[in-house]
Amino acid sequence: MSNLSVDHLLGIKYLTTSDIELIFKTADNFKKIINQPIKKVPSLRDITIANLFFENSTRTKLSFELAEKRLSADVINFSSASSSVTKGETLLDTVNNILAMKVDIVVMRHPNPGASVFLSRNIDAKIVNAGDGTHEHPTQALLDAYSIREKYGEVKGKKIVIIGDILHSRVALSNIYCLQKLGAEVRVCGPSSLMPKHLDALNVSHFSDLKEALNWCDVANVLRIQLERQAVNYFPSLREYAMVYGINKNLLDSLGKEITIMHPGPINRGVELSSDVADSKHSIILDQVENGVANRMAVIYLLAGKIKNN
Amino acid sequence: MLEERELLNKQEIEITIERLCRQLIENHNGFENTVIIGVQPRGTFLSKRILSKLQTLVSKTKIKSGNVDISFYRDDLLRRDEPIVPQEMDMDLTIEGKNVILIDDVLFTGRSIRSAIDALMTFGRPNSVELLTLIDRRYSRHLPIQPNYVGRTIDALESEKVIVEWDEVNGIDRILMRKSE
Repeated sequence: MSNLSVDHLLGIKYLTTSDIELIFKTADNFKKIINQPIKKVPSLRDITIANLFFENSTRTKLSFELAEKRLSADVINFSSASSSVTKGETLLDTVNNILAMKVDIVVMRHPNPGASVFLSRNIDAKIVNAGDGTHEHPTQALLDAYSIREKYGEVKGKKIVIIGDILHSRVALSNIYCLQKLGAEVRVCGPSSLMPKHLDALNVSHFSDLKEALNWCDVANVLRIQLERQAVNYFPSLREYAMVYGINKNLLDSLGKEITIMHPGPINRGVELSSDVADSKHSIILDQVENGVANRMAVIYLLAGKIKNN
Repeated sequence: MLEERELLNKQEIEITIERLCRQLIENHNGFENTVIIGVQPRGTFLSKRILSKLQTLVSKTKIKSGNVDISFYRDDLLRRDEPIVPQEMDMDLTIEGKNVILIDDVLFTGRSIRSAIDALMTFGRPNSVELLTLIDRRYSRHLPIQPNYVGRTIDALESEKVIVEWDEVNGIDRILMRKSE
């Protein structure tokens, strides 16, 4: 197996286990490259990539842009706040206008679930989903699983608990798909009001008690409380959430075993993680950021290999 | 129909490698400021052979070596049907100011060597770069690249293929020319 089974990266759901392994193997090569004295390779010098961000993002956008530039692609950036979208242009019109500029790959973040699938059916470019609403965020799941693989040698058989707002989280859904495909056991933890109804269908069980969850797991992937996606109040106050579901050093010390802490960022310090945990040796949060660039390079490189230039 | 003929057998390969090593010693003396770099994937087998032979002839210094992967430096990603599978970049050494001997098994169009030189330069500025190849398919170059050390020079048609087999992969050391019609 040396080629992806898909033409776009729309979600982890559509990938096979060997696709994921191929991406990781390729990311291993890129991780070496980005630690060389010269961190750039000329692979994609005849490729143009558009980063379309219809929703705010700092690190995902930076990470994609860096990955694209390290591959020597030409990059154009678009964010909806400063564009004609505010003048009422449709998604398809916006994207077709950008494609008329001969773009080969589109990296898109959009607030509507399924936006990237819609795009892949209607336009002739490779699509990378950089987060679509509450649906999927595949590259985040890839870099998370890659970071676990890097720390433990393999993902298979590891116990991973995802903590926080599972209901609104595309990171959680993509992580569940990805980790299960790689043979890990995944559970979730958080207030019942923030749990989706379809947990059973995903074959994931739920802890209400944080300490019980931490005692069970090898890795805790802690999510940010996304207040911007919550139309109603799902818990009384951030202070109360932090008291019940926030992880601090005392709690970690009381476990009697060492676990690894992950977070996709940005961290609400003092809410889901205290500063002494976020900055401790248990945390691999900054490794996740570095691995993000390597994994995004791998995804873009592999998809670009499927473009035919004649 | 496939037609095959042997260009070099095991013994001839051994003799050729020994001769190439002696030529290297002539130019590089004690190898104090020289590094040997194999081109992934096929050049690494030859590079290993050269290295172990050299080491028996020049026992005073430990000769430094590495392997360079050219996947991301190629110019045909969008022009081929098969994907390019990256190999390991094994370059735990500095080439800054060194005399580099680049090793590949077959020199054909010269495009791989162009990629290898580009890849090499990302690790520093070498003093010089030389090329050693077991088979030189002359008159088939797409780029102005010539080897400094050659095992055997051959004339072959575009449709003919040179196949280098190594004991560690194929169970035998030999070089074949395959004609496909």
